[in-house]
Amino acid sequence: MLLGVSVVVFVAMHLLPGDVATLLLGDRATAASLARLRHQLGLDQPVFVQYWRFLAGALSGDFGTSLRDNRPALGEVLEAFPTTVELTVSALALAVAIGLPLGVFAAFREGTWLDTAITTPTLFGVSMPVFWLGLMALLLFSEKLGWMPTGGLMPIGAHMPDRTGFSIIDAFLTGNASLIWQAIRHLLLPAATLATIPLALITRITRGEVLASMHLDHVRTARAKGLPEGRVRRAHILRNALIPIVTVIGLQLGLLLSGAFLTETIFSLPGLGRLMVDAILARDYPVVQTGAIFIAGLFVLVNFAVDISYGLLDPRVRRKGTR
Amino acid sequence: MSGSVLLAPPPVGRATLLARPAAKVGLGIVLLFLLVCAAAPLLAPYDPYAQDLMHALAGPSALHPLGTDQYGRDVLSRVLYGARYALFAVIVGDGLALVLGSTLGLLAGYIGGAVDAVIMRLVDILLAFPYLLLALILVAALGPSLLHSLIAIGIVYTPQYARLIRGQVLTVRQSDFVRATRALGASTSRVLLRHVTPNSLSPVVVMATLQAGSVIIETAGLSFLGLGAQPPSPDWGALLADGQNYFLTAWWIATFPGLAIFCVVLGFNLFGDALRRAFDPRAQ
Repeated sequence: MLLGVSVVVFVAMHLLPGDVATLLLGDRATAASLARLRHQLGLDQPVFVQYWRFLAGALSGDFGTSLRDNRPALGEVLEAFPTTVELTVSALALAVAIGLPLGVFAAFREGTWLDTAITTPTLFGVSMPVFWLGLMALLLFSEKLGWMPTGGLMPIGAHMPDRTGFSIIDAFLTGNASLIWQAIRHLLLPAATLATIPLALITRITRGEVLASMHLDHVRTARAKGLPEGRVRRAHILRNALIPIVTVIGLQLGLLLSGAFLTETIFSLPGLGRLMVDAILARDYPVVQTGAIFIAGLFVLVNFAVDISYGLLDPRVRRKGTR
Repeated sequence: MSGSVLLAPPPVGRATLLARPAAKVGLGIVLLFLLVCAAAPLLAPYDPYAQDLMHALAGPSALHPLGTDQYGRDVLSRVLYGARYALFAVIVGDGLALVLGSTLGLLAGYIGGAVDAVIMRLVDILLAFPYLLLALILVAALGPSLLHSLIAIGIVYTPQYARLIRGQVLTVRQSDFVRATRALGASTSRVLLRHVTPNSLSPVVVMATLQAGSVIIETAGLSFLGLGAQPPSPDWGALLADGQNYFLTAWWIATFPGLAIFCVVLGFNLFGDALRRAFDPRAQ
């Protein structure tokens, strides 16, 4: 799969119309300087050779250098990576922590006004353009109310040692309470913005799955044999509803990474999304290529982890795996 | 399983489709959106490109109900004309995904074997990318423009149609009435065109409607990042990007295009949901 991903990225970057050398040097470049640059970048080689060199380099950790500042492309990607992880993980945590109980609560009160009060906003949530929501949140909470910072990871001028790249972890490492508070404050609004759509989806799916498993035969049997309602709900309804819910939570990663690109732009966070968009606009293709493979590879690995987690939740999957 | 496929699907009447108020709201929004697209020149009070620097960054007023932007262009007129860009995105982006995905899905499902394996592997690889990342890579390769962003979006949404159609074809192919038709001596092309395709169509219509909303959001997102429609075109995403630079002083420039995206996407989602319920008896 990872090989397939690298082929798609490579093909997109090298075979689609648009000559990188012309893009870099502009329309007025001379034929000689174009040829020199093509030779420098290895673009005058056959495609298979180019791909092989690219793959061999990638396997030894060499993804080329950024065309903007001549630094290793992988270094730039790794530098931006913690910010994106911090943003997506906190958004997912928010979405799960709120969405899961809300969905369960709505399902157990199906048809009541509470159910409607929870499900109607989720419908709005899934139709929300995240970049607009972010702007509106900034306008309201930062500009009008002044509760939140307008962007970035830390206040301008704040000095924090960069040890792990994760602003919250770095802040905790300093032990300075005001820095920790600043780090959390700066992440709160972007994370809440990014969490909106996953939150809406997780609430809806949880409600649907819990409702579906409430009407299964074994639940009726459990009630008939006189199990207390709390145990029926925990052991028979929720346990059963959990597998599709975990799938949906796992699937949110793609959505979150996509949303992170836009959220980072709005809140000026120096993450992977911002790096990729800047690199595309500056035609810095080694960075685009490295970032794309890095993100897609990560995505494949996380999906794989989600697959494995089914075995922990569903004995049927586990048995099939060991057979 | 095959017994249930043998039964003709229940007819989709207006009553089932519009039974819920949400469905009526959804259809209403979609129709209004189409009306605005068609009648934008009649509805817009100003030329969307006409600059009036004397009235730049003016707030909402009787003269300019949604205010003006940094060049004094009327925001209402630009938002109304922007609807046409959104419709164009749905037709080209969603349409491209539908045509590409359906063709691949039909081929994979009906021919099977090596063709199926190759197509589905490609689909799996495309699905291994977060969707906006794939769109970004393709736009990076093609160069930023509205058409390129739509081609990218079309390719990004292709795998979902391909998977759906392939699954449908595999089910319909095995159903009793298709086997009966084949036993009666119908040719492959007749089976594909007269029986398999129409019976695979309803979930595709549902998906196309539900995806229309996503396509509008994605295209606007790419334009917002500066990779789709370029200024001065009144694409909603481009308007938002424009407004972002002024939103602390002139909130109306970014607020109204975003509201327009939200309403239209909500409309498509509500209507798509109603279609899904009407076509799929299990969802009711």
